[in-house]
Amino acid sequence: MTDSTIRESAMSENVIAGDAISVRGVGKTYAASAGPVQALLPTDLEVRPGEFVVLLGPSGCGKTTLLRMLAGLISPTEGTIEIGGKPLFTGRDAKPARDALGSLGFVFQAPNLMPWRKVWRNIALPLEAKGIGRAERKRRAEELAGLVGLEDFLDHYPKQLSGGMQQRVAIARALIHRPSILLMDEPFGALDAMTRDSMNLLLQRLWQETGKTIVLVTHSISEAVFLADRVVLLSQRPGRVQDIVEVDFARPRDLSVAADARFGEMTGQLRKQLGGHA
Amino acid sequence: MVSATQAPARPESPSAPRAPRKESGPRWLLWVTTPLIFAAIIGLWKLYTVVSGVSELIMPPPEQVWTALIELLGDEMIYEATYITFYETIVGFGIAVVVGVALGIALGKMRSLERVLSPFLVATQVVPKVAIVPLLLLWFGFGLSSKIFMAAIISFFVMMQNTILGIRSIEAGHRDLMRVIQAPWWKRVISLDIPSSLPAVLTGIELGIVFAITGAIVGEYLGGDEGLGALATVMLAALRTDQLFAVVIIMTVLGFLLYAVVAGIRRFAIPWHESSGRATSL
Repeated sequence: MTDSTIRESAMSENVIAGDAISVRGVGKTYAASAGPVQALLPTDLEVRPGEFVVLLGPSGCGKTTLLRMLAGLISPTEGTIEIGGKPLFTGRDAKPARDALGSLGFVFQAPNLMPWRKVWRNIALPLEAKGIGRAERKRRAEELAGLVGLEDFLDHYPKQLSGGMQQRVAIARALIHRPSILLMDEPFGALDAMTRDSMNLLLQRLWQETGKTIVLVTHSISEAVFLADRVVLLSQRPGRVQDIVEVDFARPRDLSVAADARFGEMTGQLRKQLGGHA
Repeated sequence: MVSATQAPARPESPSAPRAPRKESGPRWLLWVTTPLIFAAIIGLWKLYTVVSGVSELIMPPPEQVWTALIELLGDEMIYEATYITFYETIVGFGIAVVVGVALGIALGKMRSLERVLSPFLVATQVVPKVAIVPLLLLWFGFGLSSKIFMAAIISFFVMMQNTILGIRSIEAGHRDLMRVIQAPWWKRVISLDIPSSLPAVLTGIELGIVFAITGAIVGEYLGGDEGLGALATVMLAALRTDQLFAVVIIMTVLGFLLYAVVAGIRRFAIPWHESSGRATSL
């Protein structure tokens, strides 16, 4: 099998039409000793199937809170979230529904790789949790490693990889169970500028090839404009949606889009709206 | 500027190992320094006995201890005594591993339980254990049980503490990951809790084996007529200081061997961990 056929078969198996996300009146209030703290005011957001939405804002604006609620890691104090038309939180104890969670992949700020597992076993971890056999796990891990350009590093340990490569492993792991939606929490925040650029290009390619819905959190204005179909601008204390900006640069975008006058205009406008926060 | 269109993603070149392990000298270093330092100690010892003219009842010269050691090794009773001490240490240590690690997991997982129990657990440690040996003799008799109990009680605490530390140190990001992938509870235990806390648990076990052999020997010193500790008191009563030294040497070798086995297990079990490649220094 040649490299390109591996990639093609990997692609065809991983192309899953993205699901829609519907956020209605979702808010989060934390109880604190000094009285309740509103992390996020009731928020409405409709993410279309296959759309790339970026949540942009300064720290403390509730963007990570919103994303973690979408992932079922924390429950909202009000409002409803639907994933592909199905409610995410059901029942009285507000436990996240298993099937809705199954269509989500999550990439954390840190790679969160397990240092005692080789790369391929890190990538395959979500399949282990589903009880899928070893041969199948290994095959799928190889596919996904190919998709993120790590096919030569399957038997390495995480500490042998650079930061960017570790985050690629994390992306492969988030995609291995073929989720329709990918949630990303400042995935490239810890990387240097050059690695970050190449990761942005990789992510755009993955998104175009697989057709998933992506919701990505960042505090980088240029990253937001480069990647997004729509930028959701959040402001802080209490967190709320301040504005939603459509970004209509042609796809695929390359790094030279940053030299475009309209790119500068858009980032300048967003920076002004953030009031110098970001 | 790079065109993004179809540029296949290439990984950045793998970085050199993150923090290069601090150079601790060439491999053969220990093979040279250990005999040299050992010889120097023996030399100083010999020098002292000659120059000071100290009585050989107080400080026998090295060659006399050597002769006594050879003599002792020709006697069957030394093997019996060594076996007894070994047995007490291993059984006491085994009990302590099970109790210490199990308690450590329970307390590590349940903070409120730890708060409730910690005054009592600390109390078991601040009581001078040597002082309760008479009580142990009263309860468990002069046989092996009292020494096994001593070895266990003196070594379980450090293993429990390290297990608590290991469980508490599991990264929040790893826990979130297990939730996001909807891992069932047993999968979390097998794939996260155990491997993640293993380095700390094994460090506790490594320290525990040293405490266990100390506990067994202290128990033997203070009561009963079996084991290396009891043999040492017999030698002292007979004023055979040279043989007393020889017994201490045998105790040291036994302790070394037990420690080496446990430290070896540690390195074998967690080859991925930063610490492998060097044993914890005591």
